[in-house]
Amino acid sequence: MTDTGAERLRRLFATVRSEHRAALLPFLTAGIPDIDSSVSMFEAMAAAGADGFEIGIPYADPLMDGPVIAEAAERALAGGMTVARAFEIADRVTTSTGKPVLLMTYTNPVMHYGAAEFAADAAAAGAAGLIIADLPVEEAAPFLAATRDAGIGMALFAAPTTTDTRIAAIADADPSFVYAVATLGVTGERAEGSGALAGLADRIRATSDVPIVAGVGISTPGQAASAAAQADGVIVGSALVRRALEAGSGDVAADALRSAVSDLRAAMERGT
Amino acid sequence: MTTGPDESGRFGAYGGRYAPETLMPALEQLEAAFTAAWNDRDFRSELSELLSTYVGRPTPVFHARRLSESLGFDLWLKREDLAHTGAHKINNTMGQALLAKRMGKPRVIAETGAGQHGVATATACALLGLDCVVYMGEKDIERQALNVYRMHLLGAEVIPVSSGAGTLKDAVSEAMRDWVGSVEDTHYIIGSVVGPHPFPWMVREFQRVIGDEMHSQLHGAAEPDVVVACVGGGSNSIGAFATYLDDDVELVGVEAGGYGLGTGKHGASLIEGSPGVIHGSFTYLLQDDEGQVLEAHSISAGLDYPGVGPEHAAYRDAGAVRYDSVTDDEAIEALHLLSRTEGIIPALESAHAVAWVVREAPSLIGKNVAIVLSGRGDKDVMQIAALDD
Repeated sequence: MTDTGAERLRRLFATVRSEHRAALLPFLTAGIPDIDSSVSMFEAMAAAGADGFEIGIPYADPLMDGPVIAEAAERALAGGMTVARAFEIADRVTTSTGKPVLLMTYTNPVMHYGAAEFAADAAAAGAAGLIIADLPVEEAAPFLAATRDAGIGMALFAAPTTTDTRIAAIADADPSFVYAVATLGVTGERAEGSGALAGLADRIRATSDVPIVAGVGISTPGQAASAAAQADGVIVGSALVRRALEAGSGDVAADALRSAVSDLRAAMERGT
Repeated sequence: MTTGPDESGRFGAYGGRYAPETLMPALEQLEAAFTAAWNDRDFRSELSELLSTYVGRPTPVFHARRLSESLGFDLWLKREDLAHTGAHKINNTMGQALLAKRMGKPRVIAETGAGQHGVATATACALLGLDCVVYMGEKDIERQALNVYRMHLLGAEVIPVSSGAGTLKDAVSEAMRDWVGSVEDTHYIIGSVVGPHPFPWMVREFQRVIGDEMHSQLHGAAEPDVVVACVGGGSNSIGAFATYLDDDVELVGVEAGGYGLGTGKHGASLIEGSPGVIHGSFTYLLQDDEGQVLEAHSISAGLDYPGVGPEHAAYRDAGAVRYDSVTDDEAIEALHLLSRTEGIIPALESAHAVAWVVREAPSLIGKNVAIVLSGRGDKDVMQIAALDD
């Protein structure tokens, strides 16, 4: 691979913008239930139309995650998942699908590993970027520098509660994309969309041309389609993680995820 | 020694704000609201009035004469156990509940370990007419049934937390998750000097009444040479130490030694932990090689926490405070000792400070020693009784 992760990420956003659509970025926790199954689930989702992936490195005290992803983290850790094994999954998924992989976790595992070492090893594993759920712009500088040095991208968050002053500071920090929190609350499926995304995306766009990726509370094809109209990328997590947890085997999970991702992609293309 | 924090919420290297973006505007709002309130004479006098007429402050300092005689030095007890609801926790909850009201937030959430902070929060909310939801680990609900019922009587809803080990750490995480979704109308009354800025600073300011009172009560002949307090998150200790940091007084923070250091079953994050992020703050914590937070252990639910306030982390590195630990067994023995010799049943948390003084007595001869007796032991009586069987 000659391009850096950051470049592949930039190209993804340029491509979807030129095609007037949003990238579909499914999330799964690494290692539910094991490395090989994880890889085959991501491969199935790639075949069904995913544009890239978010791979969660499990953390046992996930303050931004609801019960489904928290349970997935507990199960993955109980099954022996580690940062190094998650890198292995990222490497295999990147190699076999050719699609950009974003790694998502919390501050402490990255800090404990060492931000520079973590970014370098993530880059070596082919990762395109890093998302840290409990890292606001004020504390992000060392992590932004580390990912930049390693040639991978990094996200910063904006939420419906984020003020315009904060949005300006977030854009000024020059993240690869802004993770726009579409719903007030932790990750998880909700029957109704919150309607908060449109206003947030407008406020970000008024400040900056930075790509916007929407996530949190986006689970149904209809919600994904509606988010796609507001953003450059859409992350669907809990709805897919739940299917992976409910499936009795890796094969059953891969089938369920293939069908779910295909429905999401179709709805995003239809626009409803 | 500076008492910080700086503008970024740091005490030296420690503290800061490692919180989901959704909460950041609320943390900024809270910092501004607390700063304004703390400089507002009306707010301060309303709080002082409540602390004296409702909480029962100042709490007395008592000369523990029988124990002093047997130990061979003068021992003083700052009687936070005599504050309304039975512990120092109410100093903080009265302040934060008043602040919630001032910010126009009608709903309050809190976490609790031993239940003392939950009861103190429920009490302040009942007094001020705020809705109150308390998150409590399932294991703690079991070992602190009395406090659960007290919270119900006070009109609070207690939500059991089953994740992790079902103790204080998990209750804090669950309260923060609630806050991520409810932040617009809800204030989170955190119970110790932990969490993202401005909590460690704000809670210290609400608790420093402990040290300020001690200072005037012990002024003169009884000026302490040593001030001892237990450290879980570290709020009663910081409340006392804040006053004495610049004085020539030895400050001792006693962590939960559990089954003993080196057993992996303790709550001694300052002694056996390493720096990292827990619950929004950069501080010492118990963690594994992967940066996963480890479960703490202590017989006392209030010290059963794998992190510690960031200001303590700074004092540890600077050597401004001496941190030591006592085991579960030593704490239980001290609870019995204080009960029999002074007629005061201390909380298991506070018994840790007593146990340290008893164990270290030979080195304290001739000194004036003051212990913060942070809470009363009624809540622990059933647990102790079960151990005696």
